[in-house]
Amino acid sequence: MTTTEVLVIGAGPAGIAAATAAAENGCAVIVLDDNVAAGGQIWREATVGEAASAHRGHGRKWRALERLRRSGAQVLGGRCVFSAEASGTVQTSHETSSGTLVEQFHFEQLILATGARERFLPFPGWTLPGVFGAGGLQALVKGGFPVGGKRVVVAGTGPLLLAVAAHLAQDSAVVSSVVEQASLGQLARFAASLWEHPAKLAQGVLYRAMLWKTSYRIGCWVVEAIAGSNGHNLSAVRVTDGTRVWTEPCDLLASGYHLVPNTEIAALLGCKFRGTFVQVDKAQRTSLPNVFCAGEPTGIAGLEAAMVQGEIAGLACAGISTTLLQKRVAAERAFGESMEKAFALRKELRSVPRPDTIVCRCEDVTFGSLHGYTGWTDVKLQTRCGMGPCQGRICGPVVEFLLGWSPVSIRQPLFPVPLQAFCFQDESVEIATTNEPIEEKA
Amino acid sequence: MKPFDILIVGAGIVGSAVARECALLGWRVGVIEGGTPAGGATAAGMGHVVVMDDSPAQLALTAFSRSLWQRDSEKLPKSVEFENRGTIWVAADEEEMAEVHLRHKVYEEAGIEARVLTAAELADKEPNLRRGLTGGLLVPGDGVVYPPAAAGFYLAEARRLGAQVFLARAMSASQGQVLLRDGVNLVAERIVLAVGTECDLLPSLPIQKRKGHLVVTDRYPGFLHHQLVELGYLKSAHKVTGDSVAFNIQPRQTGQLLLGSSRQYGNEGPEVEAEILRRMIDRAHGYMPGLEQLSVLRVWTGFRAATADKLPLIGPAAGFSEDRSLWLAAGFEGLGITNAPGAARLLMDAMLGRESAIDASPYLPARLMEPARLAHV
Ligand SMILES: Cc1cc2nc3c(=O)[nH]c(=O)nc-3n(C[C@H](O)[C@H](O)[C@H](O)COP(=O)(O)OP(=O)(O)OC[C@H]3O[C@@H](n4cnc5c(N)ncnc54)[C@H](O)[C@@H]3O)c2cc1C
Ligand SMILES: Cc1cc2nc3c(=O)[nH]c(=O)nc-3n(C[C@H](O)[C@H](O)[C@H](O)COP(=O)(O)OP(=O)(O)OC[C@H]3O[C@@H](n4cnc5c(N)ncnc54)[C@H](O)[C@@H]3O)c2cc1C
Repeated sequence: MTTTEVLVIGAGPAGIAAATAAAENGCAVIVLDDNVAAGGQIWREATVGEAASAHRGHGRKWRALERLRRSGAQVLGGRCVFSAEASGTVQTSHETSSGTLVEQFHFEQLILATGARERFLPFPGWTLPGVFGAGGLQALVKGGFPVGGKRVVVAGTGPLLLAVAAHLAQDSAVVSSVVEQASLGQLARFAASLWEHPAKLAQGVLYRAMLWKTSYRIGCWVVEAIAGSNGHNLSAVRVTDGTRVWTEPCDLLASGYHLVPNTEIAALLGCKFRGTFVQVDKAQRTSLPNVFCAGEPTGIAGLEAAMVQGEIAGLACAGISTTLLQKRVAAERAFGESMEKAFALRKELRSVPRPDTIVCRCEDVTFGSLHGYTGWTDVKLQTRCGMGPCQGRICGPVVEFLLGWSPVSIRQPLFPVPLQAFCFQDESVEIATTNEPIEEKA
Repeated sequence: MKPFDILIVGAGIVGSAVARECALLGWRVGVIEGGTPAGGATAAGMGHVVVMDDSPAQLALTAFSRSLWQRDSEKLPKSVEFENRGTIWVAADEEEMAEVHLRHKVYEEAGIEARVLTAAELADKEPNLRRGLTGGLLVPGDGVVYPPAAAGFYLAEARRLGAQVFLARAMSASQGQVLLRDGVNLVAERIVLAVGTECDLLPSLPIQKRKGHLVVTDRYPGFLHHQLVELGYLKSAHKVTGDSVAFNIQPRQTGQLLLGSSRQYGNEGPEVEAEILRRMIDRAHGYMPGLEQLSVLRVWTGFRAATADKLPLIGPAAGFSEDRSLWLAAGFEGLGITNAPGAARLLMDAMLGRESAIDASPYLPARLMEPARLAHV
């Protein structure tokens, strides 16, 4: 068991800023993240455009990580938080070469900086090989998945689409089109608001410049992924603008509908929510006095917001006033709100799935079988939707959009862990990997 | 609104089973549910359809109910996941093996098929049990169901036959009137309280909440074939005070394993308790060492509605209420899934003045009012 004054969950920009601020001001800090290295989603690996933007992105990442290192905060990677109690304990699982290691951390103050994940929406054919989540494909490519020469359609909504498309293009994929469901009017208003955020505008312009060969279809969405003659692989997508439907051949489809916040730990702890987001005060404090939250779980507002909120949370843990920083949060939050409006999902997307389209992949639940129930609990109990290994992390936001019911009951473990993880007795437990014969282990 | 023949408060498995029985008779049925249908204890329980011989009355009711499950098994939709897995009561030592032989006799006398297993037979049937166990008792007629879908099926059947469902909490239920939270007042000749552990409509109900923890794993088809219960389970289930844990594991049709079980009085909060969970898993691990590596998807808790003598309350509320319109179908502790069809049948028999397949007097609520009986327990 490890005890610390401040425990930060998530080593993305928000978590890094929080840990740095708290540690620089005298707190003992531990940062946990399920990725091996600090950086979160955006700083996971070299990000597109870093070189071109005169080391702007890279410099920031490097400076942030360097400052974190010097602050004395301890970063523990590969730790997946699967259970947490507001009374002051967090449990993690850690895959090591000899098996799963379960650890327990005690904290005085906790900062949740768990970021967001991509929202996926189902359409006929989405389970075909060749269909990926947009962020998922980007992460695969960063990990070495070859896309050179492949024809790719990037579809969905949100600023991420362009980032992903630019990244794929840089890896020599042929990005034939980016299909954005938001209407031109919505996007124009958003673009206008970007003048107040020149850095974001510059990044957008840069992405667009890198994609000069790609058609950018605004106000359009994918209605079906079509298999090739072998029936097994993606060969084309059907796209509509609401009146016309046409076919675009492709080898890969990267589909993503903006982001949903990772709020499971906050829910498990019993923090109050404001809609789908964790409710925080001006010092990023949640409804629980010793728990703070920064970044995407408090509202999807991007990198700047995550960093300044993180800093505020870290300073607040150290007992330092944050009044001056709070103005910046307000500006970034306004940006987040205009982004939310710009990329609000159009209602036509609700009629894209067919009755036989799978909604919950863990349990093979189709869209057609979700009708006639009174709410999330009812549909879950009767159809098993959301009962599988992902516990509704993926299909929950889908059902919320399609039918208006949101998952209500978050239970531990937040991620599947070996049974033995619950036999924790105040010391680290090492669990043998499954292929080891049981007798030999004892 | 036109008066109903019967209003049933609670759409757990018990209320839903009662609703189906009434609808089959052609009655005008209203079902009132304040939460989610099948979202109470029915959503938390294990779904083991099991004959238990805790007492002669318990044996009679579980055996009768199990026969109804089996009779209906062809009619159950796939989603109910009914499977005739059979139970193996596992004996860890000679003392427990003696218990196996005793129970074998009890089952035989009651006409319940059961077979004594040697250590080798046990190991052969369930290779993932640890070596060195003494043997067991196989009860092949026991089954496994998915309780929310079973309750959902009963309720859907009742609706198909004309029952009306009201999704609102009942605020009061007396003299043939049920007042719903949304202001609607329903009228009926009879009211059945099938309220699980919730006693606010009739605070004198002699029911206590008994908390249990369950764990469900990822899919491991073939890891387990029967529902396994340690013989010590009866001791655990029997204890009226204190916390206890016992090894109880169930193979789901999906290939998942459902692991129980704990019994606690006193804590009415739904939170998972690390200490109890640890004891429960340690216990299971002692029987099945390979379990420790299996991946857990979710841990949850639920509440059993316990009575002083472990038997349910089925029949008129007489003794607890002067109100002649009130009937009870509650207090099913850890056997409400098994006993729902039997309880529904006994209740109907009592309402119609029909003779029942088994003697219904041990379950009459009034029994718990007898001073002599109370002093005894
Ligand atoms: C798939 C994806 C791709 C993105 N790509 C871009 C891009 O190309 N350009 C761009 O500008 N923005 C991108 N974003 C948005 C960007 O991540 C955010 O705007 C910003 O970085 C948010 O910072 P954060 O610290 O709040 O969260 P994150 O950077 O998401 O960091 C949260 C961290 O917490 C960890 N974590 C969460 N839960 C647990 C747990 N239970 N246990 C342990 N660790 C946990 C996560 O693994 C992650 O490392 C992307 C977002 C996503 C989801
Ligand atoms: C951990 C655990 C394991 C178990 N394992 C098994 C097993 O293997 N086999 C077995 O046979 N049994 C098992 N049980 C027991 C079984 O789950 C219960 O006995 C059974 O579900 C009880 O059903 P019920 O309909 O009486 O109650 P519930 O399912 O709780 O239904 C009562 C319903 O009434 C509603 N209600 C209450 N008050 C009002 C009101 N005023 N107005 C409107 N609605 C109201 C509630 O919302 C609820 O939906 C287990 C129980 C637990 C907790």
